[in-house]
Amino acid sequence: MLRLDPFKVERPTTVDEAVALLAAHGAKARVLAGGTDLLPNLKHGLHQPELVVSIGGVAGLRGVKDAGEVLEIGALTTLAELERHPLLAQFAPGLARAAAQVAGPQLRRMGTIGGNLCLDTRCLYYNQSAFWREALGYCLKKDGSVCHVVADGKKCVAAASNDTATMLMALGAEVELRARDGTRRVPLDAFYLPDGAKNTVVDEGELLVCVRVPKGSPARREGYAKLRHRNSIDFPLLSVAVALDVEGVAPGTVTGGLLVVSALQARPLRVSLDAVRGRALDDGAIEELGRLAHGRCHPMTNIADDPAWRRDMVPVLVRRAVADALHA
Amino acid sequence: MSDGESTLKAPYFPHGSTIVDAALRRQEGDHGVGARGRKIDGAEKALGRTRFADDYAFPGMLCCKLKRSTRPHARIVRVDVEPALAIPGVHAVITGRELPTKFGIIPWTQDETALAVDKVRYVGEPVAAVAAIDEETANAAVRALRVEYQDLTPVLDVDTAKRTGDAPESKVNEHAKQGNVTKRVELSFGPVDDNIEACRKDGAVVEDSFFYCGTTHAPIEPHCAIGLVEGGPGAQGLLTVISSTQVPHYLHRDLAHVLGLPEAQVRVIQPPVGGAFGGKSEPFTLEFVVAKLAMMTGRPVKCLYTREEVFLAHRGRHPMRMRFTTAADRQGQLKAVKSVIDLDGGAYASFGMITAYYAGQILTGPVAMESYAFDATRYYTNKPACGPKRGHGSVQPRFAFECHLDMLAEQLGMDPIELRRRNFAGENVTLVNGQRLGSSGLLQCLDAVERASRWRERRGKLGANASERGTKRRGLGVASSMYISGTNYPIYPNEMPQSGVQVKLDRSGRVTMFSGASDIGQGSDTVLMTIACEELGVRPEHVRVVSSDTDLTPVDLGAYSSRVTLMMGHAALEACRRLREQVQEAVARAWQCEPDDVLLGHGKVWARHDTQQSISSAEAFKLAEARFGTLGATGGYRTHPRGGDYRGGTIGASPAYSSTAHVAEVEVDTETGKIDVVKVWVAHDCGTAINPVLVEGQIEGSTYMGAAEVFLENMLYGADAVGVPAASAARRGGMLVGPSLLDYRIPTTLDTPAIFASVIERPDGNGPYGAKEAGEGPLHSTIPAVVNAVYDAVGVRYFELPLSPARVLAGLRQQRDGAQPTTHKAAE
Repeated sequence: MLRLDPFKVERPTTVDEAVALLAAHGAKARVLAGGTDLLPNLKHGLHQPELVVSIGGVAGLRGVKDAGEVLEIGALTTLAELERHPLLAQFAPGLARAAAQVAGPQLRRMGTIGGNLCLDTRCLYYNQSAFWREALGYCLKKDGSVCHVVADGKKCVAAASNDTATMLMALGAEVELRARDGTRRVPLDAFYLPDGAKNTVVDEGELLVCVRVPKGSPARREGYAKLRHRNSIDFPLLSVAVALDVEGVAPGTVTGGLLVVSALQARPLRVSLDAVRGRALDDGAIEELGRLAHGRCHPMTNIADDPAWRRDMVPVLVRRAVADALHA
Repeated sequence: MSDGESTLKAPYFPHGSTIVDAALRRQEGDHGVGARGRKIDGAEKALGRTRFADDYAFPGMLCCKLKRSTRPHARIVRVDVEPALAIPGVHAVITGRELPTKFGIIPWTQDETALAVDKVRYVGEPVAAVAAIDEETANAAVRALRVEYQDLTPVLDVDTAKRTGDAPESKVNEHAKQGNVTKRVELSFGPVDDNIEACRKDGAVVEDSFFYCGTTHAPIEPHCAIGLVEGGPGAQGLLTVISSTQVPHYLHRDLAHVLGLPEAQVRVIQPPVGGAFGGKSEPFTLEFVVAKLAMMTGRPVKCLYTREEVFLAHRGRHPMRMRFTTAADRQGQLKAVKSVIDLDGGAYASFGMITAYYAGQILTGPVAMESYAFDATRYYTNKPACGPKRGHGSVQPRFAFECHLDMLAEQLGMDPIELRRRNFAGENVTLVNGQRLGSSGLLQCLDAVERASRWRERRGKLGANASERGTKRRGLGVASSMYISGTNYPIYPNEMPQSGVQVKLDRSGRVTMFSGASDIGQGSDTVLMTIACEELGVRPEHVRVVSSDTDLTPVDLGAYSSRVTLMMGHAALEACRRLREQVQEAVARAWQCEPDDVLLGHGKVWARHDTQQSISSAEAFKLAEARFGTLGATGGYRTHPRGGDYRGGTIGASPAYSSTAHVAEVEVDTETGKIDVVKVWVAHDCGTAINPVLVEGQIEGSTYMGAAEVFLENMLYGADAVGVPAASAARRGGMLVGPSLLDYRIPTTLDTPAIFASVIERPDGNGPYGAKEAGEGPLHSTIPAVVNAVYDAVGVRYFELPLSPARVLAGLRQQRDGAQPTTHKAAE
């Protein structure tokens, strides 16, 4: 079995205690929620924290609240809870369906929404044992200077692989980050950065405490499609989330919304619906959305599958995400 | 001593004759042959009480870790062990120089050492081993070890292997006499080329290149071994190795050989094993190094492989490139089959010499051909060694051949099931390569899957009917196969029994079965229990099984080649019969009747003519113990030479062969290329099912494992991956792309087809009670059945595995553009 290197563990019971610990230890601390991402990564030697701040016992971070215009989802709410939550079924059904496609049932019982949003970017050349990476000669993201995906690449292209991020970005959600000296709200669109080395704006000393999801209008339709080999466990080879505002009788007219494609590089990719705004959401409009997305998506070998096939799958997944939105 | 050709005194075929009423056999309360009994170890495993190798701990035990090569092919210039030895808590460090004796499972290809000596041959090859007080210290010591390499030419595929190996820089393994060839087998039976030409003129000939990718076993329990030096009369102590192995006897021999100890000073204990599938059927590095380190330090030493190390130990299915020519006359009689096969073997021979034979020798039934030739060559490459995986060597050519049968049937306008029926070899016949086929239930298997799948109504019609499903197409495919129940020829030539069983009875009413056979989850301990119940009439709770401990049990050669039920079964039956005769005689004396009128069953002993007269088994055993003294008996199984009268003719020759047929139903997503194996109907002829529950378990396990090899599993190396930047290609080429259960995808329950298993019983006179194998045969035809079903669904022939979505989609596109997909590039 792979071992964890030694580290200290603190178990704060309040958010204030947690952020005080994070502030005191800065880059030497890591947050542990469900542990489904952090622990395997620690075993692979991808991080060497001195302190692990286990926030499982922090009060008030778990559960979904109806806060008027938005749903407030505590960062420690598990993916299994989101899958079946009545408020999500009513106001954000696409998020429930995206959460249901993360990993497998055991991991969803442990994994949290906060953890999924902060999931470390993934790459074939990074998510490997210390021995494997040594044999490779390491990589840009960890311990090395060479990118094995992009020849002469100077910027890490490890992929955002979190199912809920794609959907929440399409829904226009924002996250609440708490630090010792205050709280800030960041739209998910601004939360992710195009740098695989570290793809979020979370600063040292900050803790993601809450996700705020706009409840949207009755016209909003939400869909999610995930490409993977196995029907459980696997991270996405490609994921597409769509939030569509559709008005009028079927097929209806598109009045707004957003399409997001992920599992490409560090940042989920936004595809504007402007091209179909005001148009009937018929097959032609859906094909056009697929074409637009296809034009902008360039899968890489950061994921161990044929990038040409993954690119071909972009319009297919767009179609399936829209179908999921309209028919689910 | 019984053997494959002789019979015992009492009839044992189709069933024994000892139970009071044969009609009660399969009813509740009976636990003999044919009863749907529970596994002897089922409850213990379900309750989490089973102790696997890693569950053993001993006072003062040290932890062993291995330093592994980061290079695919390199000379070892220097290993600096001093920095590791300097770490407090490190007790010993060894390198290849401490264990230089070569070993190998096949006596003629002993080409590996426990730790690399002078050079490394694959990324991940063990170079040094450390023993330290705990895992952290051992890991630190491994990190501190310094190895200096001088790179050699990496040979990463068969094409390169063919061109290289004449210079030392590109010779993977010095054992290769010529180039990088491990073994070439070229055999021909009958006028193959003439027959092919005749069919070209009048009949049908198909000729294609196929590729079967490498796959691995992925047992849930990683390899684990513990070395102990203790006990014995002298100060030196006895060496005991506790290991998760499926061949304790071969491990015993090789430990003595490599460590330079008398065999009598070595003991091997195999605890319950959490899966093996062929991946633990030869000695591995960890077993030698824990033994050596225990001898050096005087402490128990344990080594548990990480999941990545299990992938590196490998010995999985060989990638095979196969050029097949298959010819039939106009009536559909199979006239000729010819194959040229390249095996990508990895850095060591393992079972590879046998694999090269099996790639040809097991294809000649139950569908028979008039003439046959194969030319199989196994090459060394700088990758972890391939070896035997469930269906050793014969799964890959079976895939090619059964796809070809489907194609011939289409060209001849015949139903593919009918084509197979027409070419059925028959029973008690000699096959084209000289092998003797006894019973074969092929026709019954084909009938069963044809009926269950509603083949006649549904085949060829599902694709079109699926239009309401939009982009998905369904299809049905069929295939059949045959497999050995052990081989007559033991791995090392000897005249001794292949399997021995010793049975003890005593006044408690208990029966203890001592057997060297390895229960690796397939249920051989349960088979021993069932035979005890059948022959001695006791209840399961009164049977103890002591297995696979070389100090306590007679020799059995191990759990491979589907040999255990047949060979161990014979030995157990013979030993139990001897004791049964003593019990009958003692009770007959007390009852003043004939021994034959004393019957044993249901935990009692009965009088044939007066079922009111009975005593408990324990009372009967007391009478026998009083009459004959301490009760014990042995039984053994040995084989006569069988097979063709030519060099290699005995390899693949078996006392009895199973038969299998599969029909698969698949759904192809024509937008993504993803294949969903929806349902599989499988019928397997195992002779007599000693325990039908175990047989069904083996059929289901084989079928799901086979199905996954079609569309999910692939031992992918950097050199094979798409889009590798040139700068990192050199380093990456020999590295496994994803040595983990996240990246090497074995199916989850959601990816597993619904399996409908039928047990067909076509007893064979050479098996105990008529039993044949069930553990490996039912894997073979799964794969071509699925591939043929894909053709039925979408009309595209695929010749390369895995059927990844990208590959399937490419084929569909070429079909749309009016071209069939190309065959494997390197075979052109």
